[in-house]
Amino acid sequence: MHELSLVASIVDAVTESVSAYPGARVKEVRLRVGALAAVIEESLQFCYGIATEDTPLQGSALIVTVVPVGGHCPSCARDVEIASLQSFRCPLCCGPVENVRQGRELEIESIEIEDAEETVQS
Amino acid sequence: MTTRIVELRQGILKKNDELARELRGRFTAAGVLVLNLVSSPGTGKTAFLERTLRELRENGARVAALVGDLETDNDARRLAASGAPVRQINTHGICHLEAEMVSRHLEGWELADLDYLFIENVGNLVCPSSYDLGERIRVALLSVTEGEDKPLKYPTLFNSADAAVITKIDIAAAVDFDRALALQSIDAIRPGIRVFETSSRTGAGMAEWLDYLRQQRAAQK
Ligand SMILES: Nc1nc2c(ncn2[C@@H]2O[C@H](COP(=O)(O)OP(=O)(O)OP(=O)(O)O)[C@@H](O)[C@H]2O)c(=O)[nH]1
Ligand SMILES: [Mg+2]
Ligand SMILES: [Zn+2]
Repeated sequence: MHELSLVASIVDAVTESVSAYPGARVKEVRLRVGALAAVIEESLQFCYGIATEDTPLQGSALIVTVVPVGGHCPSCARDVEIASLQSFRCPLCCGPVENVRQGRELEIESIEIEDAEETVQS
Repeated sequence: MTTRIVELRQGILKKNDELARELRGRFTAAGVLVLNLVSSPGTGKTAFLERTLRELRENGARVAALVGDLETDNDARRLAASGAPVRQINTHGICHLEAEMVSRHLEGWELADLDYLFIENVGNLVCPSSYDLGERIRVALLSVTEGEDKPLKYPTLFNSADAAVITKIDIAAAVDFDRALALQSIDAIRPGIRVFETSSRTGAGMAEWLDYLRQQRAAQK
Protein backbone atom coordinates (compact mmCIF):
# COMPACT_ATOMS: atom_id res chain seq x y z
CA MET A 1 0.00 0.00 0.00
CA HIS A 2 2.56 2.60 -0.93
CA GLU A 3 0.03 4.30 -3.19
CA LEU A 4 -0.93 6.51 -0.27
CA SER A 5 2.68 7.66 0.23
CA LEU A 6 2.98 8.23 -3.50
CA VAL A 7 -0.16 10.33 -3.56
CA ALA A 8 1.10 12.33 -0.57
CA SER A 9 4.28 13.09 -2.53
CA ILE A 10 2.21 14.12 -5.57
CA VAL A 11 0.11 16.47 -3.45
CA ASP A 12 3.25 18.04 -1.96
CA ALA A 13 4.96 18.50 -5.33
CA VAL A 14 1.89 19.91 -7.06
CA THR A 15 1.01 22.19 -4.14
CA GLU A 16 4.53 23.56 -4.29
CA SER A 17 4.29 24.20 -8.05
CA VAL A 18 0.93 25.94 -7.92
CA SER A 19 2.04 28.22 -5.11
CA ALA A 20 3.49 30.31 -7.93
CA TYR A 21 -0.08 30.93 -9.10
CA PRO A 22 -1.97 32.24 -6.06
CA GLY A 23 -5.57 31.09 -5.85
CA ALA A 24 -5.23 28.81 -8.82
CA ARG A 25 -7.21 25.59 -8.89
CA VAL A 26 -5.75 22.36 -10.19
CA LYS A 27 -7.98 20.71 -12.79
CA GLU A 28 -5.83 17.83 -13.89
CA VAL A 29 -2.64 16.02 -12.91
CA ARG A 30 -0.96 13.85 -15.51
CA LEU A 31 1.32 11.03 -14.44
CA ARG A 32 3.62 8.70 -16.31
CA VAL A 33 3.78 5.38 -14.50
CA GLY A 34 5.98 2.50 -15.62
CA ALA A 35 4.41 -0.91 -16.12
CA LEU A 36 7.06 -2.17 -13.71
CA ALA A 37 6.45 0.49 -11.07
CA ALA A 38 4.22 -1.82 -9.01
CA VAL A 39 1.47 0.74 -8.80
CA ILE A 40 -2.17 -0.21 -8.95
CA GLU A 41 -4.06 2.57 -10.68
CA GLU A 42 -7.32 1.81 -8.91
CA SER A 43 -5.78 2.22 -5.51
CA LEU A 44 -3.87 5.30 -6.68
CA GLN A 45 -7.17 6.89 -7.76
CA PHE A 46 -8.83 5.92 -4.52
CA CYS A 47 -6.05 7.42 -2.39
CA TYR A 48 -5.96 10.48 -4.61
CA GLY A 49 -9.56 11.34 -3.87
CA ILE A 50 -8.90 11.24 -0.15
CA ALA A 51 -5.47 12.85 -0.03
CA THR A 52 -6.40 15.83 -2.19
CA GLU A 53 -9.27 16.96 0.05
CA ASP A 54 -8.74 20.49 1.35
CA THR A 55 -5.72 21.00 -0.89
CA PRO A 56 -5.41 23.00 -4.14
CA LEU A 57 -5.77 19.63 -5.88
CA GLN A 58 -9.24 18.94 -4.55
CA GLY A 59 -11.62 17.79 -7.26
CA SER A 60 -8.90 17.45 -9.87
CA ALA A 61 -8.61 14.50 -12.22
CA LEU A 62 -5.66 12.15 -12.10
CA ILE A 63 -4.69 10.89 -15.52
CA VAL A 64 -2.27 7.99 -15.68
CA THR A 65 -0.29 7.01 -18.76
CA VAL A 66 1.41 3.64 -18.51
CA VAL A 67 4.95 3.41 -19.88
CA PRO A 68 5.94 0.00 -21.27
CA VAL A 69 9.02 -1.80 -20.00
CA GLY A 70 12.22 -1.52 -21.99
CA GLY A 71 15.90 -2.20 -21.60
CA HIS A 72 19.07 -2.92 -23.47
CA CYS A 73 19.98 -6.13 -25.24
CA PRO A 74 23.76 -6.40 -25.37
CA SER A 75 23.79 -9.12 -28.03
CA CYS A 76 21.56 -7.18 -30.41
CA ALA A 77 23.25 -3.96 -29.30
CA ARG A 78 19.93 -2.13 -29.22
CA ASP A 79 17.17 -1.07 -26.88
CA VAL A 80 14.20 -3.39 -26.85
CA GLU A 81 10.72 -3.37 -25.38
CA ILE A 82 9.53 -6.18 -23.13
CA ALA A 83 5.99 -7.30 -23.75
CA SER A 84 5.51 -9.53 -20.73
CA LEU A 85 6.50 -8.98 -17.13
CA GLN A 86 7.05 -12.73 -16.91
CA SER A 87 10.15 -12.83 -19.08
CA PHE A 88 12.91 -10.25 -19.25
CA ARG A 89 14.47 -11.64 -22.37
CA CYS A 90 15.00 -9.98 -25.70
CA PRO A 91 12.07 -10.47 -28.11
CA LEU A 92 14.56 -10.75 -30.97
CA CYS A 93 17.30 -13.06 -29.69
CA CYS A 94 16.01 -14.31 -26.31
CA GLY A 95 19.15 -13.01 -24.63
CA PRO A 96 18.97 -11.36 -21.20
CA VAL A 97 17.81 -7.76 -21.20
CA GLU A 98 19.91 -5.49 -19.04
CA ASN A 99 19.46 -2.02 -17.66
CA VAL A 100 15.71 -2.13 -17.44
CA ARG A 101 15.14 1.57 -16.87
CA GLN A 102 12.11 2.32 -18.98
CA GLY A 103 9.06 1.01 -17.18
CA ARG A 104 9.98 2.13 -13.66
CA GLU A 105 8.76 5.71 -14.10
CA LEU A 106 6.83 7.44 -11.36
CA GLU A 107 6.66 10.89 -12.81
CA ILE A 108 4.39 13.91 -12.72
CA GLU A 109 4.34 14.94 -16.34
CA SER A 110 2.24 18.08 -16.19
CA ILE A 111 -0.64 19.78 -14.43
CA GLU A 112 -3.50 21.80 -15.77
CA ILE A 113 -4.49 24.75 -13.65
CA GLU A 114 -7.26 27.27 -13.76
CA ASP A 115 -6.35 30.78 -12.74
CA ALA A 116 -8.32 32.37 -9.96
CA GLU A 117 -8.82 35.82 -11.41
CA GLU A 118 -12.53 36.46 -11.13
CA THR A 119 -11.65 39.91 -12.27
CA VAL A 120 -14.42 42.18 -13.33
CA GLN A 121 -13.29 43.39 -16.64
CA SER A 122 -14.10 46.86 -17.64
CA MET B 1 -11.07 32.23 -16.64
CA THR B 2 -7.86 30.91 -18.13
CA THR B 3 -6.46 27.45 -17.88
CA ARG B 4 -2.88 26.58 -18.52
CA ILE B 5 -0.71 23.50 -18.65
CA VAL B 6 2.37 23.53 -16.49
CA GLU B 7 5.02 20.98 -17.44
CA LEU B 8 6.58 19.44 -14.35
CA ARG B 9 8.43 16.30 -15.50
CA GLN B 10 9.33 15.57 -11.95
CA GLY B 11 9.84 12.23 -10.29
CA ILE B 12 7.20 11.57 -7.65
CA LEU B 13 9.95 10.18 -5.43
CA LYS B 14 12.40 12.93 -6.34
CA LYS B 15 13.21 13.75 -2.73
CA ASN B 16 13.93 10.12 -1.89
CA ASP B 17 15.98 9.62 -5.06
CA GLU B 18 18.10 12.70 -4.39
CA LEU B 19 18.79 11.72 -0.81
CA ALA B 20 19.59 8.13 -1.86
CA ARG B 21 22.11 9.41 -4.40
CA GLU B 22 23.72 11.53 -1.73
CA LEU B 23 23.87 8.54 0.65
CA ARG B 24 25.41 6.35 -2.04
CA GLY B 25 28.12 8.97 -2.51
CA ARG B 26 28.83 8.99 1.22
CA PHE B 27 28.93 5.18 1.40
CA THR B 28 31.31 4.88 -1.54
CA ALA B 29 33.58 7.61 -0.19
CA ALA B 30 33.68 5.86 3.18
CA GLY B 31 34.45 2.49 1.56
CA VAL B 32 31.49 0.73 3.15
CA LEU B 33 29.54 -1.80 1.07
CA VAL B 34 25.82 -1.27 1.68
CA LEU B 35 23.20 -3.94 1.03
CA ASN B 36 19.41 -3.66 1.15
CA LEU B 37 17.67 -6.96 1.98
CA VAL B 38 14.12 -7.35 0.76
CA SER B 39 11.64 -10.23 1.00
CA SER B 40 8.19 -11.25 2.17
CA PRO B 41 7.58 -11.29 5.92
CA GLY B 42 9.15 -14.37 7.47
CA THR B 43 11.46 -15.38 4.61
CA GLY B 44 14.38 -15.41 7.03
CA LYS B 45 16.06 -12.03 6.52
CA THR B 46 16.91 -11.61 10.20
CA ALA B 47 18.15 -15.20 10.58
CA PHE B 48 20.29 -14.81 7.44
CA LEU B 49 21.68 -11.51 8.71
CA GLU B 50 22.38 -12.91 12.18
CA ARG B 51 24.54 -15.57 10.59
CA THR B 52 26.14 -13.17 8.09
CA LEU B 53 27.05 -10.64 10.78
CA ARG B 54 28.46 -13.32 13.03
CA GLU B 55 30.57 -14.99 10.34
CA LEU B 56 31.86 -11.71 8.96
CA ARG B 57 32.87 -10.58 12.44
CA GLU B 58 34.66 -13.87 13.05
CA ASN B 59 36.65 -13.07 9.93
CA GLY B 60 37.59 -9.68 11.30
CA ALA B 61 35.25 -7.55 9.21
CA ARG B 62 33.62 -4.43 10.66
CA VAL B 63 29.87 -4.69 10.19
CA ALA B 64 26.70 -2.90 11.22
CA ALA B 65 23.00 -3.23 10.50
CA LEU B 66 19.84 -1.18 10.31
CA VAL B 67 16.61 -3.06 10.57
CA GLY B 68 13.18 -1.86 9.56
CA ASP B 69 10.08 -3.09 11.31
CA LEU B 70 6.56 -1.75 11.56
CA GLU B 71 6.43 -1.69 15.37
CA THR B 72 8.79 -3.97 17.30
CA ASP B 73 12.51 -4.03 18.05
CA ASN B 74 12.69 -7.83 18.17
CA ASP B 75 14.82 -8.14 15.04
CA ALA B 76 17.29 -5.50 16.25
CA ARG B 77 17.72 -7.36 19.53
CA ARG B 78 18.36 -10.63 17.67
CA LEU B 79 20.93 -8.99 15.40
CA ALA B 80 22.65 -7.12 18.25
CA ALA B 81 23.46 -10.49 19.81
CA SER B 82 26.13 -10.83 17.11
CA GLY B 83 28.00 -7.99 18.84
CA ALA B 84 27.66 -5.69 15.83
CA PRO B 85 26.20 -2.20 16.15
CA VAL B 86 22.52 -2.41 15.21
CA ARG B 87 19.76 0.15 15.06
CA GLN B 88 16.05 -0.39 14.72
CA ILE B 89 13.99 1.75 12.38
CA ASN B 90 10.33 1.66 13.37
CA THR B 91 8.28 2.80 10.43
CA HIS B 92 4.99 2.98 12.38
CA GLY B 93 2.75 1.62 9.69
CA ILE B 94 4.80 2.55 6.63
CA CYS B 95 5.40 -0.63 4.67
CA HIS B 96 8.91 0.14 3.40
CA LEU B 97 12.08 1.99 4.35
CA GLU B 98 12.89 5.36 2.81
CA ALA B 99 16.26 7.03 2.33
CA GLU B 100 15.40 9.67 4.91
CA MET B 101 14.87 7.00 7.60
CA VAL B 102 18.22 5.44 6.77
CA SER B 103 19.97 8.79 6.80
CA ARG B 104 18.46 9.73 10.16
CA HIS B 105 19.44 6.43 11.78
CA LEU B 106 23.04 6.67 10.64
CA GLU B 107 23.67 9.76 12.73
CA GLY B 108 26.63 9.30 15.03
CA TRP B 109 28.04 6.32 13.14
CA GLU B 110 31.45 6.75 11.57
CA LEU B 111 30.90 5.15 8.16
CA ALA B 112 34.61 4.99 7.41
CA ASP B 113 34.96 2.59 10.36
CA LEU B 114 32.68 0.05 8.64
CA ASP B 115 33.34 -2.52 5.93
CA TYR B 116 29.73 -3.63 5.50
CA LEU B 117 26.38 -2.10 6.37
CA PHE B 118 23.26 -4.24 6.00
CA ILE B 119 19.78 -2.80 5.84
CA GLU B 120 16.93 -5.21 6.53
CA ASN B 121 13.87 -3.75 4.86
CA VAL B 122 10.31 -4.19 6.11
CA GLY B 123 8.94 -7.59 5.07
CA ASN B 124 7.07 -6.68 1.88
CA LEU B 125 7.62 -7.59 -1.77
CA VAL B 126 5.95 -4.58 -3.35
CA CYS B 127 6.63 -1.21 -1.81
CA PRO B 128 10.37 -1.42 -0.99
CA SER B 129 11.16 -1.84 -4.68
CA SER B 130 10.38 1.81 -5.45
CA TYR B 131 12.56 3.27 -2.71
CA ASP B 132 16.27 3.57 -3.33
CA LEU B 133 18.11 3.61 0.00
CA GLY B 134 21.51 4.42 -1.47
CA GLU B 135 22.53 0.77 -1.36
CA ARG B 136 25.10 -0.71 -3.73
CA ILE B 137 23.45 -4.12 -3.75
CA ARG B 138 19.80 -5.02 -3.45
CA VAL B 139 19.27 -8.59 -2.30
CA ALA B 140 15.93 -10.30 -2.86
CA LEU B 141 15.32 -13.29 -0.61
CA LEU B 142 12.92 -16.15 -1.20
CA SER B 143 12.34 -19.10 1.11
CA VAL B 144 11.71 -22.67 0.01
CA THR B 145 8.28 -22.55 1.67
CA GLU B 146 6.76 -19.60 -0.15
CA GLY B 147 6.30 -20.92 -3.68
CA GLU B 148 8.79 -21.26 -6.52
CA ASP B 149 6.92 -18.73 -8.65
CA LYS B 150 7.30 -15.80 -6.21
CA PRO B 151 9.59 -13.93 -8.65
CA LEU B 152 6.94 -14.18 -11.37
CA LYS B 153 4.35 -12.73 -9.01
CA TYR B 154 6.61 -9.87 -7.93
CA PRO B 155 8.65 -9.05 -11.03
CA THR B 156 9.23 -5.44 -10.00
CA LEU B 157 11.16 -6.42 -6.94
CA PHE B 158 13.06 -9.35 -8.39
CA ASN B 159 13.99 -7.42 -11.52
CA SER B 160 15.49 -4.64 -9.43
CA ALA B 161 17.63 -7.06 -7.38
CA ASP B 162 21.37 -7.48 -7.82
CA ALA B 163 21.51 -10.84 -6.07
CA ALA B 164 18.98 -13.43 -4.95
CA VAL B 165 19.10 -15.67 -1.89
CA ILE B 166 17.02 -18.80 -1.46
CA THR B 167 16.64 -19.37 2.28
CA LYS B 168 15.76 -22.36 4.48
CA ILE B 169 17.16 -24.98 2.09
CA ASP B 170 17.56 -27.28 5.10
CA ILE B 171 13.82 -27.94 4.88
CA ALA B 172 13.61 -28.04 1.07
CA ALA B 173 12.88 -31.76 0.87
CA ALA B 174 10.19 -31.62 3.56
CA VAL B 175 8.23 -28.99 1.61
CA ASP B 176 8.80 -30.54 -1.84
CA PHE B 177 10.74 -27.51 -3.00
CA ASP B 178 11.24 -27.60 -6.77
CA ARG B 179 14.72 -26.11 -7.08
CA ALA B 180 14.84 -26.09 -10.90
CA LEU B 181 11.52 -24.28 -11.09
CA ALA B 182 12.61 -21.65 -8.55
CA LEU B 183 15.87 -20.99 -10.41
CA GLN B 184 13.96 -20.82 -13.67
CA SER B 185 11.52 -18.22 -12.37
CA ILE B 186 14.32 -16.09 -10.92
CA ASP B 187 16.11 -16.29 -14.26
CA ALA B 188 12.97 -15.33 -16.19
CA ILE B 189 12.69 -12.08 -14.24
CA ARG B 190 16.35 -11.27 -13.78
CA PRO B 191 18.41 -13.25 -16.27
CA GLY B 192 21.95 -13.94 -15.17
CA ILE B 193 21.58 -12.80 -11.54
CA ARG B 194 23.74 -14.51 -8.87
CA VAL B 195 21.65 -16.89 -6.74
CA PHE B 196 22.75 -18.20 -3.35
CA GLU B 197 21.07 -21.23 -1.82
CA THR B 198 21.43 -20.98 1.92
CA SER B 199 20.34 -22.21 5.30
CA SER B 200 20.78 -20.01 8.33
CA ARG B 201 20.30 -23.11 10.41
CA THR B 202 23.01 -25.36 8.91
CA GLY B 203 25.20 -22.66 7.37
CA ALA B 204 24.89 -24.16 3.89
CA GLY B 205 25.75 -21.71 1.14
CA MET B 206 27.21 -19.14 3.53
CA ALA B 207 30.79 -19.55 2.27
CA GLU B 208 29.79 -18.59 -1.29
CA TRP B 209 27.76 -15.68 0.02
CA LEU B 210 30.64 -14.33 2.12
CA ASP B 211 33.00 -14.69 -0.86
CA TYR B 212 30.56 -12.70 -2.95
CA LEU B 213 30.44 -9.96 -0.30
CA ARG B 214 34.24 -9.71 -0.25
CA GLN B 215 34.41 -9.53 -4.03
CA GLN B 216 31.74 -6.85 -4.18
CA ARG B 217 33.47 -4.80 -1.52
CA ALA B 218 36.80 -5.04 -3.34
CA ALA B 219 35.09 -4.11 -6.62
CA GLN B 220 33.53 -1.00 -5.11
CA LYS B 221 36.88 0.61 -4.32
N1 LIG C 1 14.44 -24.22 9.00
C1 LIG C 1 14.82 -22.97 8.88
N2 LIG C 1 14.08 -21.99 9.43
C2 LIG C 1 14.49 -20.72 9.29
C3 LIG C 1 15.66 -20.37 8.57
N3 LIG C 1 15.79 -19.03 8.57
C4 LIG C 1 14.75 -18.54 9.26
N4 LIG C 1 13.96 -19.55 9.71
C5 LIG C 1 12.74 -19.42 10.52
O1 LIG C 1 11.78 -18.64 9.80
C6 LIG C 1 11.08 -17.75 10.68
C7 LIG C 1 11.21 -16.32 10.23
O2 LIG C 1 12.57 -15.94 10.24
P1 LIG C 1 13.04 -14.43 10.36
O3 LIG C 1 14.52 -14.41 10.23
O4 LIG C 1 12.46 -13.78 11.55
O5 LIG C 1 12.34 -13.82 9.05
P2 LIG C 1 12.30 -12.29 8.54
O6 LIG C 1 12.35 -12.35 7.06
O7 LIG C 1 13.36 -11.50 9.20
O8 LIG C 1 10.86 -11.84 9.01
P3 LIG C 1 10.26 -10.32 9.09
O9 LIG C 1 11.35 -9.44 9.61
O10 LIG C 1 9.11 -10.45 10.01
O11 LIG C 1 9.85 -9.97 7.70
C8 LIG C 1 11.67 -18.00 12.06
O12 LIG C 1 10.85 -18.89 12.73
C9 LIG C 1 13.01 -18.61 11.77
O13 LIG C 1 13.48 -19.46 12.79
C10 LIG C 1 16.44 -21.45 8.00
O14 LIG C 1 17.47 -21.26 7.34
N5 LIG C 1 15.96 -22.71 8.18
MG1 LIG D 1 13.19 -9.73 10.27
ZN1 LIG E 1 18.58 -9.39 -28.39
